[in-house]
Amino acid sequence: MTFNGVAQIVIFFLIVLALAKPVGIFLSRVFNGHRTFLHRPLRWLEALCYRVGGVDPEQEQRWTQYAISLLAFSAVSFLFVYAIQRLQGFLPLNPQHFGGKQVSPDLAFNTAISFVTNTNWQSYAGETTLSYFVQMAALTVQNFVSAAAGVAMSVALIRGFARRESKTIGNFWADLTRATVYVFLPLSLLGALFLCSQGVIQTLRPNLPVRTVQGATQVIPGGPVASQEAIKMAGTNGGGFFNANSAHPFENPTPLTNYLEMLFIFVIPAGLAYMFGREVGDTRQGWALFAAMSALFLAGAFFCYHFEQRGNPLLARMGIATQATASQPGGNMEGKEVRFGITDSALFATVTTDASCGAVNSMHDSFTPLGGMVPLVNMLTGEVIFGGVGAGLKGMLLFAILAVFIAGLMVGRTPEYVGKKIEQKEVKLAMVALIAAAASILVFTALSSVLRFPAHGYWNPPGPAAANVANPGPHGFSEILYAYASTTGNNGSAFAGLNTNTPWYNLTLGLAMFIGRFIFLLPLLGIAGSLAAKKRLAVTSGTFPTHGPLFVCLLIGTVILVAALTFFPALSLGPIAEHYLLFSRHALAAVKP
Amino acid sequence: MNAITEPASVYPSHAGPPRRLSLADATILRRAARDAFAKLHPLKMAANPVMFVVEVGASLLTVLLARGWWLGLAGNGFTFQIALWLWFTVLFANFAEAMAEARGKAQADSLRKTKSETMAKKLAGDRTESVPSSSLRAGDVVMCAAGDIIPGDGEVVEGIATVDESVITGESAPVIRESGGDRSAVTGGTKVLSDEIRIRITSNPGETFLDRMIALVEGAQRQKTPNEIALNILIAGLTLIFLLAVATLPPFAAFSVRAAGAGQVPSVVVLSALLVCLIPTTIGGLLSAIGIAGMDRVMQHNVLAMSGKAVEAAGDVNTLLLDKTGTITLGNRQAVEFLPAPGVTEAELADAAQLSSLADETPEGRSIVVLAKERCGLRGRELPDAAHFIPFSAYTRMSGVDMGRRRLRKGATEAVAEFVRQEGGTVPEDAIEVSRGISRGGGTPLVVADGPRLLGTVHLKDIVKGGMKERLAQLRAMGIRSVMITGDNPLTAAAIAQEAGVDDFLAQATPKDKLDYIRQEQAAGRLVAMTGDGTNDAPALAQADVGVAMNSGTMAAKEAGNMVDLDSNPTKLLEVVGIGKQLLMTRGALTTFSIANDVAKYFAIIPAMFAVIYPALRHLNIMRLATPQSAVLSAVIFNALIIIALIPLALRGVHYRPSSAAALLRRNLLIYGVGGLIVPFPGIWIIDVVVRALHWA
Repeated sequence: MTFNGVAQIVIFFLIVLALAKPVGIFLSRVFNGHRTFLHRPLRWLEALCYRVGGVDPEQEQRWTQYAISLLAFSAVSFLFVYAIQRLQGFLPLNPQHFGGKQVSPDLAFNTAISFVTNTNWQSYAGETTLSYFVQMAALTVQNFVSAAAGVAMSVALIRGFARRESKTIGNFWADLTRATVYVFLPLSLLGALFLCSQGVIQTLRPNLPVRTVQGATQVIPGGPVASQEAIKMAGTNGGGFFNANSAHPFENPTPLTNYLEMLFIFVIPAGLAYMFGREVGDTRQGWALFAAMSALFLAGAFFCYHFEQRGNPLLARMGIATQATASQPGGNMEGKEVRFGITDSALFATVTTDASCGAVNSMHDSFTPLGGMVPLVNMLTGEVIFGGVGAGLKGMLLFAILAVFIAGLMVGRTPEYVGKKIEQKEVKLAMVALIAAAASILVFTALSSVLRFPAHGYWNPPGPAAANVANPGPHGFSEILYAYASTTGNNGSAFAGLNTNTPWYNLTLGLAMFIGRFIFLLPLLGIAGSLAAKKRLAVTSGTFPTHGPLFVCLLIGTVILVAALTFFPALSLGPIAEHYLLFSRHALAAVKP
Repeated sequence: MNAITEPASVYPSHAGPPRRLSLADATILRRAARDAFAKLHPLKMAANPVMFVVEVGASLLTVLLARGWWLGLAGNGFTFQIALWLWFTVLFANFAEAMAEARGKAQADSLRKTKSETMAKKLAGDRTESVPSSSLRAGDVVMCAAGDIIPGDGEVVEGIATVDESVITGESAPVIRESGGDRSAVTGGTKVLSDEIRIRITSNPGETFLDRMIALVEGAQRQKTPNEIALNILIAGLTLIFLLAVATLPPFAAFSVRAAGAGQVPSVVVLSALLVCLIPTTIGGLLSAIGIAGMDRVMQHNVLAMSGKAVEAAGDVNTLLLDKTGTITLGNRQAVEFLPAPGVTEAELADAAQLSSLADETPEGRSIVVLAKERCGLRGRELPDAAHFIPFSAYTRMSGVDMGRRRLRKGATEAVAEFVRQEGGTVPEDAIEVSRGISRGGGTPLVVADGPRLLGTVHLKDIVKGGMKERLAQLRAMGIRSVMITGDNPLTAAAIAQEAGVDDFLAQATPKDKLDYIRQEQAAGRLVAMTGDGTNDAPALAQADVGVAMNSGTMAAKEAGNMVDLDSNPTKLLEVVGIGKQLLMTRGALTTFSIANDVAKYFAIIPAMFAVIYPALRHLNIMRLATPQSAVLSAVIFNALIIIALIPLALRGVHYRPSSAAALLRRNLLIYGVGGLIVPFPGIWIIDVVVRALHWA
């Protein structure tokens, strides 16, 4: 690790820390319907949305109505995105003349679910598959509204904790509109303009053929990138315009844009943690969640950075310098952009998987085994470390409920969290969410490890599902595990190395995304409804304190323990085995110095 | 309010050490061992998902073992050992539950013996007829004379008698039961010692207090408490997650075997062992034992909890309503000072006060006699025959004695002042002021007059029970507010409240005030516990989250509360709260311990399973266990033995000292969380050494 690298990570964290409170206050005002500085320029737009949609924002919904609204909205969005993809050949803004040939039904299904669930898993390469119209009207729109829906669910959950003896948890349509109008639109607008200033492209012209210096012809794809890029990060969507995602110079041209993109990922989740504390009437509660998230984030970032900087021992043995010097980064630079280097690649990988963003600026597949395990573990923990817009807070609150339930008993009282008793119903719903996520990752990975399909058949033309991995051994297993962890966690980042554009993978990854979004999050809405109806208990010195360092440690411990107990066997056959193999005497002996 | 208006305390002293049955009682152990096998019945096991999974695993391995022997396959020895230890795991858990139940059953047996069939003298018109007690119905009226066993629960409608209630309470001193008021309830099975009473029966056969008591201690109607159900859901959910983790292992391994070109997929035996090690068997096996033992501990304090839910709620209590008399203060006030009026000597005042109190059998009266002796050396003496004692009445608010022309009175300030004026005397303003001063200080002034002469004032004081202040401070540390309920005026109440260190008080409290106070506390999100005995306490007892009725109280009060204190000792509420907390803490501690244990088991079993595929994974074998078989076996043995090792803890409850939640959490998290992470590492290692030494694997 170098001083420069450590400083970059620490400074990044300090900026997030500084932003959490102002953003939290802003979000809290927006979702309570209070005036903010954006009221004057944008209130008309909010009102227009309500008028067009026939929505009364004051009409409060029970959690079931809230959930039904969310499901209905998602279902309609899904059909819309699916149809537009399949019909892209008949739609405008299609300079490359893409048609149904590029988008098979299973791919369209996968992509539709992917963008509706805020996952942005991409089994396709954008520049060779989708028209500008699809990218703009279907995908970019979903980038906004699926993120807004995610924030809405978090806000509803926060209301569950904050309200007392209330039957309702807010209005989905109002929350969705406010998130879009006051949060994502202005943020993306500013972000897009800034990105353009740094060299991100925004064009509707067709791909540009150029003659290279050596005389060859190269086609340079273009498109309306900047407008999608900003929301891709702020909405923790992560679906790149190009296949290379944020490693592509048109998406993420400079270290500055790289830093900004990472900040965009964390800013809203960090604000939501603060908002939680503010809404329940004790900002320390929000800071405690923030502290747990921060500790896990910093641990992951430094762990990843350490192993990437340490590099590959086999290369070192071959006499290749892997030490960082003033003129070269050292470490493991495979699959990393030179303009970002090791620190910003490791940090980006950690940030994008802490949150359920999934944008990548380097190939996680090429990380060292344990360096690459960090993004994997981040997703296996349920992306609770700041998390996607809203999803992280929800997941963290789920773990808080479990931690409080088990440890709360140890102070000799029925467990309670921020004044709400945690009882049968909450525990049941929390377990449903946890089991659904674990089942999705484990079962699909198991199936894809052993299922054998006939070669050249419909389901998986390469034959056995395991044949789609590019690398044999534990690394191949990591690739499969990563894919289902990413989709179940609604992350969308790819380890790469796994060909997933087959009906089998498109279908199962699509199902994993569905489970990860709805089966995981609907129980949390149920918890919100159940908690909102409860009385708020008085806080005494007999109350289990959930704002101190002790609780933060407990929460971190719960997050790690639950993930470790569920996934340790799988991890031991993937990155852990790979690590020991790489560093084994046997492997080293095989390499000539 | 006058000292004498309050009746003397009716609470008997604490009944000595509660009946206890030792943990290691031989009959209990035998009985529990027998029951542990009876509980293997799959239908009974299904109520406990965690242990049910273990039983299924054990059965599966047993079948595999039989098949292996039949076909003469290799590796039967290992299968046999794992199967055996899985069966032990189930049996140990059953044994824990049986142990917890056994004490209750033994107690129920002894109660049942006392529930002898008796003949009752039932009133039919003017005659009595002899009928078996089992034929009595609610509403029947029976006669009971000295030596009779009271045939059923009821209320005294006529007469007064001393009754031996030791069957129920374990307290051998007889208690007085009389018609009307708060001491009218009698319990079936108890014995009349003197006099004769008429009793109206209030319960039908099978529903009597004794029946309920037997059912409760036996645990026949035991229902899972809400918190227990929630915890069950949690551990069942975890079991499901571990089931997923283990069930997906063979495919993962199959992929890896193909990739590595070496090793094999773990066998069913090893997978079963892993599953049993991972699922929270420690808490799963001990959960019901903890609950039963918690109820039992309440029982051993001679408190009858009507449900486990009530005991749990006791742990959650935020506010305790404590009756001043008998709980915070000794049951009566004592004279501490003579304050003579101007021109009167202390001896003169003491003499008159003593004379007027000689025939006064109230504790206050006796304390005046004692003080007169201490201060002025006045010995107790016989009143002259001509003396005429005038008892206290609520109307006159005075008592005293007439001796010839001398008319001595003592009583409430206004009442005695009025008496003095009637006798033609004057009331010195100073004396009135002294009285006010005593009231302000929390005492009770008792003004003494000899005919027209006002002699002065006796200062009566409430005596706060020793150690009460410290206990209330402990409660405060635990976040529990104590509220003193008293009929005293606010001035007096405030002074005593301060002396005892309660957080709040409710002065001149009527039953409705109590009820309102409870509702107000509950509306603010607090749980309230209280004790009560009178019929007018019943609404408040019912409203409170934890209502402890005194056994000496009325049937209505006992019906309304969710606990009955057989010793009728209101201070017991503090112990009940402690037991409730301890019960929840024990559950939390063992759950944490159980889950934390899994980490070490992974480090034992994962390398044992996968090192054959990727030899590099032997680095995970940080305990350096000898062979894959010994590693798996050691983990399974540790998992089984830890249940046995923790049975005493489950039955006794974790160590508990009142302190703040933060301190409790820090301590328990350190012991059971961090301890639970660490302990299995040396534990499994030691077992591995033993297993190797014995050549088991």
